[in-house]
Amino acid sequence: MSQGVMIIAEQRDGDIRKISYELISEGRRLADASGQELTAVLLGSNIKDKAAKFGNYGAGKVVVADDPRLGQYTTDAYVSVIAQIVKASDPAVLLLGASFNGKDLAARLSARLGVGMAQDCIQFSMEDGRLNAVRPIYAGKAYAKVTYSDNYPHMATARPNVMSMNAPDESKTAQVSDASFTLNDADIKTKIAEAIKDKSGKVDLTEADKIVSGGRGMKGPEGYGILEELADLIGATVGASRSSVDAGWRPHADQVGQTGKVVSPTLYVACGISGAIQHLAGMATSKVIVAINKDPDAPIFQKADYGIVDDLFKVVPALKEELKKMM
Amino acid sequence: MNIIVCIKQVPDTESQIKIAPDGKSVVTDDIKWVMNPYDEFGVEEALRIKEKFGGEVTVVGLGPKRVAESIRTALAMGADKGVLVSDPALDGSDSLAVATALAAAIKGLSYDLIFTGQRGVDDDNGIVGAALAEMLDIPNISVVEKVEIAGDGKSVKAHRPVEGLTLVIEAALPALITAQKGLNEPRYASLPGIMKAKKKPLEEKTLAALGLDPSQFGEGARKLKIVKLTPPPQRNAGKIVAGDTPEQKAAELAKLLHEEAKIL
Repeated sequence: MSQGVMIIAEQRDGDIRKISYELISEGRRLADASGQELTAVLLGSNIKDKAAKFGNYGAGKVVVADDPRLGQYTTDAYVSVIAQIVKASDPAVLLLGASFNGKDLAARLSARLGVGMAQDCIQFSMEDGRLNAVRPIYAGKAYAKVTYSDNYPHMATARPNVMSMNAPDESKTAQVSDASFTLNDADIKTKIAEAIKDKSGKVDLTEADKIVSGGRGMKGPEGYGILEELADLIGATVGASRSSVDAGWRPHADQVGQTGKVVSPTLYVACGISGAIQHLAGMATSKVIVAINKDPDAPIFQKADYGIVDDLFKVVPALKEELKKMM
Repeated sequence: MNIIVCIKQVPDTESQIKIAPDGKSVVTDDIKWVMNPYDEFGVEEALRIKEKFGGEVTVVGLGPKRVAESIRTALAMGADKGVLVSDPALDGSDSLAVATALAAAIKGLSYDLIFTGQRGVDDDNGIVGAALAEMLDIPNISVVEKVEIAGDGKSVKAHRPVEGLTLVIEAALPALITAQKGLNEPRYASLPGIMKAKKKPLEEKTLAALGLDPSQFGEGARKLKIVKLTPPPQRNAGKIVAGDTPEQKAAELAKLLHEEAKIL
């Protein structure tokens, strides 16, 4: 019988990504709720020494697949190795991160394992021994609660920044072991030719803790300068509405909303964004929403915790100065 | 170069989503159905590649009969022929079942490249593309915003943005690519295009015609089961920050974020 909770950790260039600890913490809660063990799986190259720390967050066991060909994520190598690990240990629940690579991996892995998969979940529970998950659909215009057939493992990806992280406890350690797997070069059909670093060097919107976003009210690409300055001060990433992206003021990667990125930061500051339904859908899970807009009837004020009805070109620089005084 | 583009039909993104009395589906009465926006980028990219390399673009849609309209839209944009996989038994299928049916429809076709949207803007699952590639045993490159086909037409380089990076991923063809916004600006169908589309072949296939067992599809065969749909949690309008000048309001907001929300 399928038994245990398994999470797939994520690393980049040998650094463990934050989502890994979010997954271990959530996996620990699900394992405790159902009286099961929690195993974390880590793939990488010369990565084994990073695994012990997983115990601090609640992983009982860590299985490490260490191979030069696993240093960088490729769909084929990761799906192949993880499918072997999953088949060998037959877990009941398998959680991954809803990062770009996690979503790609989970989608193909679910097809290889022939099991149900729920993408980008924001809440999990165990009910009658079965995983239940809540996931926004229509970019958050509705929420779906889902569960699974008797095909195991029950698979899901967790949205970054949503699962609360356990405080690390250094007295808790994990039992680390090597995965047994085979990997043929011929099975890896994609190759990373190049990895181009983003010029901004900022955290991606999907993982950002704070976002300062601008819409049509920014009046043009140069208007974003004041948002960049505020963002730099408070460590935020700059986002944009669809209309400002479609106008060519900001790159596509900056778009928040139904045809852009769905975000859940601690703080979302919407400047000159009226709040079209597609935009509101993409940011409604933010913890605190601030709206700055000249139009008192803008729909964004219906979602905002704090609203300022005024000229953003005066408010934003003043806000920056006020915050600077506090820091 | 023969290219297949898979499309689905979704509610226009302007749509308000209302939950049906069964609590498991949405009310479709007032919905305007459109081609999934991410699939449109796939259609456009396929047409641009065809214009450069020659060959044929086949559009494969799956769903109720109304999906034929979206296939006709793609044909009017310039695709050559369409296939509609339609069967009442498909209603309520999950991503893996959809990928299985698409794989069966595609297996008999000749292709070098397959495009799907990176996700449907309805379920937001983003599984069908990668699952389809798995079933066809070809590589997939997900969420791609730039595609470069090698001069000899034998391989592809695809630009895939991930957090903080853009990966340039190379694969030999055939391969499957899921399209992201930014890949291109989809063209509008021209009037002559629309007239021509009416005469282009559009073949309809049932599950039985694809050699598939209908009992493996639909609501009852789902591996991911819907328990219930709910409206998102209400967010109530908070406070409008008071002040006589923009400076006063900004100062008050800074104070609130610091002392009340405790985030700055």
